[in-house]
Amino acid sequence: MIFATILAGGTGTRMGETEKPKQFLLLGKKPILIHTIEKFALNSKFDKIIVLTPKEWINYSKDLIRQYIPQKNIIVIEGGKSRLDTLNNGIKYILENFEDNDNIIVTHDAVRPFVTHRIIEDNIKYAKKYGACDTVIPSTDTIVRSIDGEVISEIPDRNQMYQGQTPQSFNLNKLNKLLNQLTDKEKESLTDAAKIFILKGEAVYLVNGEFLNLKITHPYDLRLANSIISK
Amino acid sequence: MIKLLNIVYRLTSSKVFEEFFVEVEDLKNQVVVRPTYLSICKADQRYYQGKRSAEVLNQKLPMALIHEGVGEVIFDPTQTFKTNDKVVMIPNTPLEEDEIIAENYLRSSNFRSSGSDGFLSDYVYLNPDRLVKLPENINLQVASFVELISVCYHAINRFKELSHNRRDRIGVWGNGNVGYITALLLKIIFPNSKIIIFGTTLEKLSYFSFADEKYKVDAISENVVIDHAFECVGGNNSEEAINQIIDIINPQGTVSLLGVSEHNISINTRMVLEKGLILFGSSRSGKKDFEDTIKLIEQNPKIISYLENLIVYCFKINDLTDINKAFEKDNNSNFGKTILNFNK
Repeated sequence: MIFATILAGGTGTRMGETEKPKQFLLLGKKPILIHTIEKFALNSKFDKIIVLTPKEWINYSKDLIRQYIPQKNIIVIEGGKSRLDTLNNGIKYILENFEDNDNIIVTHDAVRPFVTHRIIEDNIKYAKKYGACDTVIPSTDTIVRSIDGEVISEIPDRNQMYQGQTPQSFNLNKLNKLLNQLTDKEKESLTDAAKIFILKGEAVYLVNGEFLNLKITHPYDLRLANSIISK
Repeated sequence: MIKLLNIVYRLTSSKVFEEFFVEVEDLKNQVVVRPTYLSICKADQRYYQGKRSAEVLNQKLPMALIHEGVGEVIFDPTQTFKTNDKVVMIPNTPLEEDEIIAENYLRSSNFRSSGSDGFLSDYVYLNPDRLVKLPENINLQVASFVELISVCYHAINRFKELSHNRRDRIGVWGNGNVGYITALLLKIIFPNSKIIIFGTTLEKLSYFSFADEKYKVDAISENVVIDHAFECVGGNNSEEAINQIIDIINPQGTVSLLGVSEHNISINTRMVLEKGLILFGSSRSGKKDFEDTIKLIEQNPKIISYLENLIVYCFKINDLTDINKAFEKDNNSNFGKTILNFNK
């Protein structure tokens, strides 16, 4: 089976003083989360779409989805405190409810509504073929590494640098197996699901992202996102 | 009905494509199609090169190009099609019905990549009656220009209605894509007629292997006559072609005009009158033409093999610059079709 997990666990502290978490803010005429789910709801390859959202926003999310997307295969469950916890909740839910050795999980940020058909299709294809993939775009800025935050430690070759986007997609059993092998220290260092594979020496293949597959994180991003929607 | 934040790849000015995110309004009963193979038409090329009048460009751009294409059904709330069905998309959308006037001649009809966005987009939304299911094993590169084939088919259908029955010798002027397809369909539909091609380039004429006779327009023998003619030249040269047809054609023949010219042209009307000719125009096509074209292809599989010879380039489109590359290559090609394998 193929699952989409929409990670909407965050409460969006970087968005400033918004009353609602950023995934519920309006982009055009609809909440960002709805735009994002629609991209997955439209693709019949997904057996279930699992939306992970903060506990206090579960009913609200369910209401929104009912209002905008009359589709039966969307499930809303509770996210976690961190991104990893949220992903973990998604994995647990799937393992407890669906038995299949070849489950594919496509994980996507709720606040990246501009994801394209091709990116989603490539993620499914690569996850099936290789077991793990990550959506990236070549870095246009030079990346500077600093260990102490005061002076530059290293300037890596820009040609080898990419910016990570989502979706990130995996063979679910393999992901779960590797996740369970991580030490607590390794788990603490995780900000990204693909790193689970990297830490255990497993290859993660690159899927070409799109520059406009923006993550709406700051108020500026939302203004930008709203301005690029044509009337 | 699922609505969507769709991505439309519009031409904003000559040779410049940009991504536009369009929040699709509540479009009930529309089928969502993912375009897979698209084909560049001369009309698209004229927009791309900025060869329409400034007034037209100002009025129509930004606009997504391409009105020839096939795709896969992604989502169909009307349940007319199954998910993953391969379909050809009909660019004409009639907004009214008329018992006399065909959908492609109604002035109110909307035509994609002319009056509204063409097919260059992440998804295309269409009414279910604007889609025709394709046979399973059809060559999708060829199917991508079924629209163009249906335009030729439509013109031949009108010819059947308007012409007298002596159809021993049918002449086709123009050795480009429209001339090739029209001549090929004529050969299939009228197997007992002689199909005679009149062109300017020997190299291009050599593609017409199925034709009965071929002539360079500046070297036509004096005894060559025809009963009916199809003008598939277009542009400024259509004037010369139409007048040559009028000279050669037998009395009371029909002259089917398919070529598009940006400028008005002069026609020897004296001889049109004296010979009692019927000149009629054909443009675009309707749903029935699409359906009948696909049936004709299914019944005559050799059509596909001849049409495969028309495909000169197939570009995989991964980003906007690939679209530019395809249009540039198409513009430099003097014969055949350029296909876009859409993977953006």
